[in-house]
Amino acid sequence: MKWRDPLALIAILLLLWQAMYWVIGDVALTSPVSTFRSLAVMLADPRFWPHVNETLLAFAQGFAIAVVIGLGIGFLLGAHSMTGEVGEPILVALYSIPKVTLYPIILLIFGIGMPAKVAFGAIQGIVPIALFAMNSIRNLNPVFARTGRVLRLSPLASTQRILLPAALPEIVTGIRVGFSLTLVGTLLGEMFGSQRGLGYLLIQAMNLHNMRTIMSVTLLLVIFAASVNAVLLAIDRRLHARV
Amino acid sequence: MKRAGIIRTVVILVAVGALELLCRTGVISSFVMPAPSTIVYSTVQILASGRFAADIWVTLRNVSISIVAAMVSGVVVGTVLHRLPTARRILDPLFATYYAIPVYAFYPLLMVIFGLGDLPQIAVGFLLALMAVIINTLNGLDRVPRVLVKVARMHRLGGWAMERKVRLPFAAPYVFTGFKLCVAYSFVGVIGAEFITSSRGIGYEISYAYNNFDNQVMYPLIFLILAIVTVINMSLYAWERRLLARRRT
Repeated sequence: MKWRDPLALIAILLLLWQAMYWVIGDVALTSPVSTFRSLAVMLADPRFWPHVNETLLAFAQGFAIAVVIGLGIGFLLGAHSMTGEVGEPILVALYSIPKVTLYPIILLIFGIGMPAKVAFGAIQGIVPIALFAMNSIRNLNPVFARTGRVLRLSPLASTQRILLPAALPEIVTGIRVGFSLTLVGTLLGEMFGSQRGLGYLLIQAMNLHNMRTIMSVTLLLVIFAASVNAVLLAIDRRLHARV
Repeated sequence: MKRAGIIRTVVILVAVGALELLCRTGVISSFVMPAPSTIVYSTVQILASGRFAADIWVTLRNVSISIVAAMVSGVVVGTVLHRLPTARRILDPLFATYYAIPVYAFYPLLMVIFGLGDLPQIAVGFLLALMAVIINTLNGLDRVPRVLVKVARMHRLGGWAMERKVRLPFAAPYVFTGFKLCVAYSFVGVIGAEFITSSRGIGYEISYAYNNFDNQVMYPLIFLILAIVTVINMSLYAWERRLLARRRT
């Protein structure tokens, strides 16, 4: 029964897509069947895979940087209350500015290529991961820390056995949000300043008005993002249910 | 001002001062970034000259349309979905995945549907902003205490009167969180779309300046957008605090 709802949703979306295709026609989009078929052709083409690898590599690096720096900032601001009070409004302000506008600056600093993409993915992901991590530490029940002391655990053991498991669900939620934003950021980076990658394929197809490529790449991205997100969401829900 | 506020101001001033120093001493070359003071000065000059007035107007207008459209339809869709549990359950995975999907990938499609004018940009902003309002409206409506609903029933409020007079007012702070995100996402969507393809707007001028290595224009325009967004956010934040303070008493 658990699988019925998502399947219904997918069926509805495919029907909507097909209906849109009937209404709008060949100029604007390709039908679901032919998009899946051309995606299959694309995946069989060896020239396509370097782009996928490039995007995955850029994304993996950006995400790793976002997680490390985000958790670092989050733990620092969460554990030290004065730093948290000073830093939180700055983080919130950084979260809500449109980071797309900073893109040209990043290109000027890093130049066109891999580092710029990685940086652009990372800056999108750092702030949400930091905000969630900060709140997870801050909202820890003070009883937990005291229990650790009563049981004479060393600070390290207390963190490892009590505090981290308690904070983990929120941290994972932050990482899930950061994952999405880093992926979007990486692709955006590829769309503006890059010679390789899926984002580059998209912008090139846009300029050539090649709907087939646009739809196939978009479909691939949606499938990838949705499946990883589903896995992270399942982990997330399980952790939250445990507490 | 509280102590944290003072420290925060000092931190920001020191950071900007350090940046200024690095730029002035040439550690950061002026090809990469002009000094902060120069940026502010050029921004004032550009605003006074009126050179980009038309672009600024177009962008702000499109962002406003996107914000208002997303707020209104988001609250309406959220309220309706709250009354349709089955539809909501089926749509739930879509809500959870929505922000993992790069909306810009749909930009070409939107361009074919809406033509070459301002509508595709507005549509990108709208699509990004809409879901934040829906999700937060649902979240707020979920938290309405039973007591309030029972009181409303005793007063024979049914259907939409209950939504309008009891549930939505209670959900207001949560909806407000959605509105704040809605503003941020509308800016991201519209300006990002202007970057990709358009013939006017601040985003277009920034990418044009970038392609021509025109830092004297690019940095002030970027600064202008960041300043506008920050001012709007801070006002919303202050307004929200006032609303919450009134509620507590």
